[in-house]
Amino acid sequence: MAMKDFLGRWPVLRQLTGPDRCGLGAAVRSKKTDELRSRVATADRVVKSICPYCAVGCGQNVYVSGEKVVQIEGDPDSPISRGRLCPKGSASLQLTTGPGRERSVLYRRPYGTEWEQLDLDTAMRMVADRVVRTRRETWQEHCDGKRVARTMGIASLGGATLDNEENYLIKKLMTGLGVVQVENQARVCHSSTVTGLGTSFGRGGSTTFMQDLQHSDCIIIEGSNFAEAHPVGFQWVMEAKLRGATVIHVDPHFSRTSAMADLFVPIRAGTDIAFLGAIINHVLSEGKDFREYVLNYTNAACVVSDEFADSEDLDGVFSGWDPETRTYDVGTWQYKGPRVQTVSGRRLRLDEYHQPGRSEAHGSGGAPVTPYAERDETLSHPRCVYQILKRHFSRYTPEVVERTCGIPPETFARVCDALTSNSGPDRTSAFAYAVGWTQHSVGTQYIRTASILQLLLGNIGRPGGGIMALRGHASIQGSSDIPTLYNLLPGYIPMPYAHTDENLDDFVEVITTQKGFWADARHYVVSLLKAYYGDAATADNDFCFGHLPRLTGSHSTYDTTFAQLDGVCKGFFLFGENPAVGSANARLQRLGMANLDWLVVRDFALIESATWWKDGREIRTGELRTEEIGTEVFFFPAASHTEKNGTFTNTNRLLQWHHAAVEPSGDCRSDLWFVYHLGRMVRERLAGSAEPYDRAILDLAWDYPVEGELREPSAEAVLREVNGYGPDGELLSSYMRLRGDGSTSCGCWIYCGVFADGVNQAARRKPHTEQSWVSHEWGWAWPLNRRTLYNRASADPDGNPWSARKAYVWWDADLGRWTGHDIPDFIDDRPPDYRPPADAQGPDALSGIDAFIMQGDGKGWLYAPAGLMDGPLPVHYEPQDTPCENPLYRAYPRNPARLLYDRPGNRYHPVASKVYPYVVTTYRLTEHFTAGGMSRWLPYLSELQPEMFCEVSPELAEERLLEHGDWATIISARGAIEAKVLITDRMPSLRLDGRVVHQIGLPYHYGPNGCATGDPANELTSIVLDPNADIQETKACTADIQPGRRPRGPGLNRLVETFRRRAGMYEPTRQEV
Amino acid sequence: MTTRSRVDGQATALADEYVSYYNRRILKPPTWRAASIGGYLYLGGLAGASSVFAAGGQLTGRPGLARAGKAAALVGIGLSLAALVEDLGRPERFLHMLRTFKPTSPMSVGSWLLASYAPLVGVSLLTDLTGRFPFTGRAACYGAAILGPAVTTYTAVLISDTAVPAWHEGHREMPFLFAGSATATAAGSAMIAAPPSENGPARRAAVLGTALELGAGWLMRRRMGMIAGAYEHGRAGVLMRTGEALAVAGAVGAVLCGRRRAAAVASGAALMAASACIRLGVFSAGVASSEDPAYTVVPQRARLASPETTYA
Amino acid sequence: MTTRLPQVQEETGYERHPPRMGFFTDTSICIGCKACEVACKEWNQLPADPPFTFTGLSFDNTEQLSASTWRHVAFVEQRKPMRAGAGDGSGDLRWLMASDVCKHCTDAACLDVCPTGSLFRTEFGTVVVQSDICNGCGYCVSACPYGVIDKREDDGLAWKCTLCYDRIGDGLTPACAQACPTQSIQYGELDDLLDRAAARVEALHQDGVTDARLYGHDPGDGVRGNGAFFLLLDRPEVYGLPPAPKVTTRDLPAMWRHAGLAALTLAATIATAFAAASFEFGGARPARVRK
Ligand SMILES: Nc1nc2c(c(=O)[nH]1)N[C@H]1C(S)=C(S)[C@@H](COP(=O)(O)OP(=O)(O)OC[C@H]3O[C@@H](n4cnc5c(=O)[nH]c(N)nc54)[C@H](O)[C@@H]3O)O[C@H]1N2
Ligand SMILES: Nc1nc2c(c(=O)[nH]1)N[C@H]1C(S)=C(S)[C@@H](COP(=O)(O)OP(=O)(O)OC[C@H]3O[C@@H](n4cnc5c(=O)[nH]c(N)nc54)[C@H](O)[C@@H]3O)O[C@H]1N2
Ligand code: SF4
Ligand code: SF4
Ligand code: SF4
Ligand code: SF4
Ligand code: SF4
Ligand SMILES: [Mo]
Repeated sequence: MAMKDFLGRWPVLRQLTGPDRCGLGAAVRSKKTDELRSRVATADRVVKSICPYCAVGCGQNVYVSGEKVVQIEGDPDSPISRGRLCPKGSASLQLTTGPGRERSVLYRRPYGTEWEQLDLDTAMRMVADRVVRTRRETWQEHCDGKRVARTMGIASLGGATLDNEENYLIKKLMTGLGVVQVENQARVCHSSTVTGLGTSFGRGGSTTFMQDLQHSDCIIIEGSNFAEAHPVGFQWVMEAKLRGATVIHVDPHFSRTSAMADLFVPIRAGTDIAFLGAIINHVLSEGKDFREYVLNYTNAACVVSDEFADSEDLDGVFSGWDPETRTYDVGTWQYKGPRVQTVSGRRLRLDEYHQPGRSEAHGSGGAPVTPYAERDETLSHPRCVYQILKRHFSRYTPEVVERTCGIPPETFARVCDALTSNSGPDRTSAFAYAVGWTQHSVGTQYIRTASILQLLLGNIGRPGGGIMALRGHASIQGSSDIPTLYNLLPGYIPMPYAHTDENLDDFVEVITTQKGFWADARHYVVSLLKAYYGDAATADNDFCFGHLPRLTGSHSTYDTTFAQLDGVCKGFFLFGENPAVGSANARLQRLGMANLDWLVVRDFALIESATWWKDGREIRTGELRTEEIGTEVFFFPAASHTEKNGTFTNTNRLLQWHHAAVEPSGDCRSDLWFVYHLGRMVRERLAGSAEPYDRAILDLAWDYPVEGELREPSAEAVLREVNGYGPDGELLSSYMRLRGDGSTSCGCWIYCGVFADGVNQAARRKPHTEQSWVSHEWGWAWPLNRRTLYNRASADPDGNPWSARKAYVWWDADLGRWTGHDIPDFIDDRPPDYRPPADAQGPDALSGIDAFIMQGDGKGWLYAPAGLMDGPLPVHYEPQDTPCENPLYRAYPRNPARLLYDRPGNRYHPVASKVYPYVVTTYRLTEHFTAGGMSRWLPYLSELQPEMFCEVSPELAEERLLEHGDWATIISARGAIEAKVLITDRMPSLRLDGRVVHQIGLPYHYGPNGCATGDPANELTSIVLDPNADIQETKACTADIQPGRRPRGPGLNRLVETFRRRAGMYEPTRQEV
Repeated sequence: MTTRSRVDGQATALADEYVSYYNRRILKPPTWRAASIGGYLYLGGLAGASSVFAAGGQLTGRPGLARAGKAAALVGIGLSLAALVEDLGRPERFLHMLRTFKPTSPMSVGSWLLASYAPLVGVSLLTDLTGRFPFTGRAACYGAAILGPAVTTYTAVLISDTAVPAWHEGHREMPFLFAGSATATAAGSAMIAAPPSENGPARRAAVLGTALELGAGWLMRRRMGMIAGAYEHGRAGVLMRTGEALAVAGAVGAVLCGRRRAAAVASGAALMAASACIRLGVFSAGVASSEDPAYTVVPQRARLASPETTYA
Repeated sequence: MTTRLPQVQEETGYERHPPRMGFFTDTSICIGCKACEVACKEWNQLPADPPFTFTGLSFDNTEQLSASTWRHVAFVEQRKPMRAGAGDGSGDLRWLMASDVCKHCTDAACLDVCPTGSLFRTEFGTVVVQSDICNGCGYCVSACPYGVIDKREDDGLAWKCTLCYDRIGDGLTPACAQACPTQSIQYGELDDLLDRAAARVEALHQDGVTDARLYGHDPGDGVRGNGAFFLLLDRPEVYGLPPAPKVTTRDLPAMWRHAGLAALTLAATIATAFAAASFEFGGARPARVRK
């Protein structure tokens, strides 16, 4: 039998007897080949998931066999990704099942030299003990005579890689504990987006969604390396290009995005306001604005108060500048008309509103403003916004662009042409940006400039138009919406301030607007307090409003760094963030951690932020000695996205549920598990405490159903709480049903509706092939599942589409409601011709043409009469470290309101210093992810970009004798790094103002740990922040570059010191105000 | 197998004129090791031609020569098979060679050829040594002699039927070069092993074989155009030149040595070494030609440019 | 209408078969993301290739197709505008990226020369190694005119792209094509792909990108066309592709003829030597005959 089998399969026989005489095909197949099946076809089950890397939010199918994940690939049903994945998404199997993952708890005792094993239970108990102890020891009931009810002894960082449910629980627990220093990547990534877009349009999220870019006629990608950082989203740009759109890329370096563009425009890092401002000038002076749109949907016609004086008149500052405090009195920027009033009729003191961090509260609701400003419909009043704008930008000429940005006038003209000829009733243009714009000391104003331009051209709220803010991590939008941020409560409700927000009424009054949906602020706040404190929150006790810890200033992640250095902050949670590599001034990040009592790191692998005490750069230079570092370090291995349920909110503001495919192994646990059980254990320890300050934590509503052997809390239960319940315990379908009387609860009002009808709307997965490109039945987007924001503006004032080609949402007179391709971002049945009576309040005060419904005046803001800390209009300021003088403003060459931290270890370069002559900019590579925790441990990604390198032009290489493929050392006042040299024309040297400015390009992903290694770019960067958003300037600084490797050991610090001395930096450089 | 090279200092990210991608090779160089596959080519040739000598010796009543031929054939074929198996990535799967018979694969044809040839060689020597089954022995000897020439030349097809420029472009002359080389080396071995009294045919064959070897090699390079460079430079060049010098010396020796044993042994050894050098030279030239993209690109470009390009 | 590539399955013993499947890789829309490289490794569980060192070859750090890299993305930086005679300020730089893969030749040299039948033609017309059969002889490596297939050191076997035979058999798209964000890699019936490719070249020419050309689409070429063909923006060798490869088995009959002649020559040479030797020393005959 066996013999017969053998002979039957013997190819020679089959050749002789069958058609395949030459033995090239059918005859030579082996048995194994005949039986071959794919492991996805034979898998036990397929689980629907979402890529855990970036904010594109690609759909994934996770295949499970024998309770092991055996394959992860793109989900063809997804309307966003259509089954495609970039290299990181494609490497998800290695991320989740590869050898890089740590699976047991590790412990480093104070002064210890090695990791020790610890069992999970013991570790949890130890952490709970430390939280209780540190909280007790550092409790602060009052500060400067005001009640603050908080601890500055504990901080938490991270959240953008986590699920919304996890972020919600972290913020809830920390707030319960009185911890205010809660931050995540959103701070260092896109916080200026929230302030920039929020003040301009009323919401801080991208105005459009990636798939809609296919309908653009012109796409300007500026401040984004779209193709590399959002590769799968980039398919929609390519789609537009195939349909004939013009694609323009404006960037300091020629990247894979530039390679796909019709026009690449090299620009000096840090000068976009000059460039965009000049386009605005072009549009205004040539009368190319979309007049009907501008008149009706923007605040162009509003007249500004007589006290306002422009930066053009004051050589770089606006009226209201106080050089002592380096802040503005923003009152002078207001519209002319009745002063801003609150619901109760009290006249709002704007300084009550203007606190550090408040700008970000416009993430879903504009700044307070008088809804009935004086208007001039002819746009000719010299103090109307339109005329102010015209004057303000009149000095931004093509010549200034050339002198400032290094862009030749012909190229500039091409951009103007492409943009203006592709805007109007029948055509739309879109901008796409990301952190090339956000990470500047004027980041917010970069985004404002683009907002102004897009409003003037009538490109907001329309198909193929908009401003696509390309967010970063898988859920960074979510971690802004349900924030783990110091200044925000869920739904962009600001954290209360010690000085002004003594009680609920005061608090609500300050944040309530007269017109629009923010008039209902009380409903949102009280519903949140009910979600936080449950039955303990009653009308009698102000719904426990007093439990909330209070802010006294900026408590951003960088302030926390200094608090650590100063010994104030003693305990630190890292929930998936790697500041030792990813945050500006990496050395100070590590020194701060070395000053802690305890540190908890939750991650997949032993990232640099977990091992600095052992092998960090300061240990190698001898600056620190392991045996002398008292920090106790706990490492907890985290569960991956395939091991837990939850939602990510992608850059489309879209919530997508990912289902757990398998249980986590070893000690790996979800962050939900960690936070829930930590909270439970802390509460157990404090149970029965009579201390008043323990009430806040004991009153927290903290019982979530747990599931399975691991006692995993139910993420669905958390999402339900976020969605909110009505008086009868029913899940609400819209925030319009929230009430301020305690009858409803809602963990995040803008997410209300995600569980409408008791259905997890975020888990909906109707294939894109079965619905329109807007795909409303895929996931759920905030607000209320609208995909293009402000889409009322896609119709003319009468409610008809601007053109047949660009029809999107329109008024159906027969039905008496708005209809179209999207869910109208408007009041459903408000007719276009409705005009509110003068005393109308809240949503009733919105007219039929108030397309920007979250704004206090219903208009898109060309001019921001409130909400920002550094000016109502953008101004070109030079970056903190710059090789150039500001050609426009002598007295205030840099953003006067920027936040400076001129401290040891964080020195700034003197202006136009010859010692640090080159511009340095940092960026991403397709093959790596952020600070590297999710890519440098993966062999498949590491081999693709294995080592840190720098990109320099042939001219710079010649000037500094750099050799291709050899080493170079790059030096700033903060540190020095080495990198392999890649000489390339893709890194242009710019000709401007009669000189050549060389730029050095650095990918910022590398660190010493993992498979792909190198020095972190952030050794070079400094901490200097945008005053609206506390975001650091990591996109433009200066440095020198020298051939060869950097010194190892102590010589490294000496090298940095030598350069500082040569630059004359013996002490803090005096900064012009 | 991946070859990772460090940047060579020469490469710049931006090169305007490419012969190929960063002037990197286009083909994969043969995975074969010079010692085993070079040895295989050489030893196979020795065996095949020796079988003909054996038959000739047998037919013309030169038992010493016959036995020497039979022995050389067996040693040659045995070692060559060993070398072949040794070079396989999975030696234990050697027998998979007989899974199928593929006329398109010289290696498959060769495997079947060797599978028939090797036993004949074994039988012919064994019977000779033991004196048993003389008839079978003689038949086996003649059988081996019939297959022998094919054994020597199929290897030329084997290497020519590749994309390796220096091999493929020589596919017309290569079998003759191999035939000549095999003749010379087998003659050399016969001159060493056979009694001087019987080595007359070997000495004459040595001269003729060498002439064929050198003539075919010369013609081959002439017809190859620029690819001949692969035979002229580097290791291949040294081997080829050494081989040719030895071959001439060996041939002259064969003419002059007469029945002087020592001289015969020396010339025989020279002939064998010559042939070994030339085989290794051919091998090296192949490797070199696959490493240098110019050998791939330039002739192909020329082919494209020539108006009467046909692929048939 | 475009010329069709042969349904080569018919020549290799498949009397009934699905249409011939393959790839059209449109390098003009490749964003060089290398998802194809990773997706292929992930699906086929191929090893990464340490040491992880910087090559300096633009963004290419894997350098070539190999036994463990079955898709390879090339990066070429050029001082040259994308559109011919563009002089319009659109920049004088272009960065070409192209994902290379096994060509699944109509006349596949690797397949022809494989002595074990490890390499075989599938019912989809693709060329696949059977790892349970391959004995690592390495013949295919030297035979491939594109330098695709290679032997791995650890297991001694030859490996290359299978065109995801295991997946397409189950009706799935190959892993690399499935991942490709811009659909630079298009998988499908070759006939359809050829039409698409022709249209794409036409469109690019209209757009001024006169460098656009197809590679491997021509059944009249040296391998009767590729099952994986390309749209390129420069000469093939710029991407590391041979400009006019030819399957060597085309010459096999001639080679066998020459080998046969050479074998006869050998026999004749030795016979001549024997004949000539019989006249040595005045026609002295060897001993046995004398007896
Ligand atoms: N592959 C990959 N994808 C990612 C990430 C990753 O690490 N790797 N990270 C994710 C995260 S967290 C984020 S936030 C996003 C970020 O996405 P991007 O913002 O696209 O990423 P970057 O490359 O950091 O910066 C974008 C571009 O800004 C340019 N740039 C720098 N300074 C300036 C300037 O002053 N003006 C202008 N116009 N451009 C400037 C840089 O040259 C760079 O090309 O990507 C997300 N996606
Ligand atoms: N110079 C310079 N600096 C920059 C930037 C720049 O462009 N230039 N970009 C900035 C930007 S935009 C950002 S977003 C930051 C990013 O900087 P970081 O956020 O510090 O960098 P990541 O590597 O993304 O860190 C996230 C960590 O979370 C871990 N993680 C992933 N999933 C989970 C999970 O489910 N649970 C837990 N507990 N951990 C998880 C990952 O393994 C990873 O180590 O860097 C900023 N820094
Ligand atoms: S990293 Fe971003 S673009 Fe890449 S697969 Fe994941 S979600 Fe998609
Ligand atoms: S490209 Fe090479 S490996 Fe692929 S089928 Fe053709 S000959 Fe074989
Ligand atoms: S190495 Fe394997 S696949 Fe290649 S020819 Fe030899 S047996 Fe066939
Ligand atoms: S078809 Fe499959 S095997 Fe071939 S390169 Fe693509 S993923 Fe790899
Ligand atoms: S996946 Fe597609 S776009 Fe990315 S490198 Fe490969 S072929 Fe190019
Ligand atoms: Mo980010």
